[in-house]
Amino acid sequence: MQLVVENLACARGAAQILSGVVFSVAAGDALILRGPNGAGKTTLLRTLAGLTPPLEGHIRTAPEAIAYAGHADGLKASLTVAENLSFWARVFGADDISDAVDAFDLNDFLDRKAGELSAGQKRRLSLARLLVTRRPVWCLDEPTVSLDTANVARFAAAVQAHLAGGGSAVIATHIDLGLPGARTLDITPFVAKRIRADDPFGDEAFR
Amino acid sequence: MIGLLLRDLNLAVRAGGGFGLGLAFFLIFASLVPFGVGPETGVLRVIAPGILWLGALFACLLSLDRIFQLDWEDGSLDLLATSPLPLEGVAAIKALAHWITTGLPLVALAPVLGLLLNLPGPAFVWLVGSLAVGTPALSAIGTFGAALTVGIKRGGLLLSLLVLPLYVPTLIFGALTVARGAAGVDAMTPLAMLAGITLATLATLPFAAAAALRVNLR
Repeated sequence: MQLVVENLACARGAAQILSGVVFSVAAGDALILRGPNGAGKTTLLRTLAGLTPPLEGHIRTAPEAIAYAGHADGLKASLTVAENLSFWARVFGADDISDAVDAFDLNDFLDRKAGELSAGQKRRLSLARLLVTRRPVWCLDEPTVSLDTANVARFAAAVQAHLAGGGSAVIATHIDLGLPGARTLDITPFVAKRIRADDPFGDEAFR
Repeated sequence: MIGLLLRDLNLAVRAGGGFGLGLAFFLIFASLVPFGVGPETGVLRVIAPGILWLGALFACLLSLDRIFQLDWEDGSLDLLATSPLPLEGVAAIKALAHWITTGLPLVALAPVLGLLLNLPGPAFVWLVGSLAVGTPALSAIGTFGAALTVGIKRGGLLLSLLVLPLYVPTLIFGALTVARGAAGVDAMTPLAMLAGITLATLATLPFAAAAALRVNLR
């Protein structure tokens, strides 16, 4: 599934963060988003996921094709690992969670409460959710936070398997995932010029 | 949708889920009233319908801010909003789960508390009936209020201020149904009004709640 973004302008709250974002990701490709903290990576990913409507421009992919994973893990502490995963599988119309369990090696703690897991284990469970969505375009925001080296490799393998199956991915990350053929997009050039609200000369004409 | 309902019910009954909070409040509130107003059965009989309905209303109010806040804090709400489930359906299911965990136990417990407040015999049917018909409206209105205030840290005060005026018609017709039942006159008219309010809120407010959620998730 192809993801094409044309002249996209994104806002966070009332402030415009990005403008004129253009890129396309073909099926089987991954795009790594880079940029300093606060550049707008999260804003861009939330716009792609359909959580925030774009100010301008178009996303030429249906929101139904996109699986989003943000900073928060979205887990229920009082449910077990298997219950958390089965719930999302059911929401997305899948009934088999074994692929996702194997891909992130969750077999050892399937029956433990999610609240009792370590931060890295929670992250793995949260990423396993992507596999049960069965959606072709992954939009991931800092997916490797609190993962150790072995699990970063496991995650990279899951992304590669996803790409090999015709999927695509947009990933905001600061570390090298070692994905062969992944393109990198620095979003700094797209950062919208901000005009102070109290600037007496902050007129359209001076932008 | 069924999966979401089962998950919410499951979360509510597990440790820290908040099930029983409203029920315990209702119990404490109604059993403390005789201490506050005095044990004269004549007085209690007159105020019982209003007290029981007020207690049910406050018990509902107590758990409203949990409807979306927990899902918002742990990121589940973002994921639900990007899932195949329509947000209107999510709001309706959340209201239903709130009613099953809060409203339904109140309906079951109310006759016991009616006994405690010396509610006249013929009024018991009307009490259970009016609560069964009216509490779904409390959950639906509350879900809309929770959707409006999701994302506000400790938004409970704002939520109460938004929701309480909307609760007034339900309270008036609910308490009136029981009061007329207690007086031994026909209470069908206020009960029908109550049913009308419930049906109207169930039909419209999930859409309003979904619209509010979309704005708050931006």
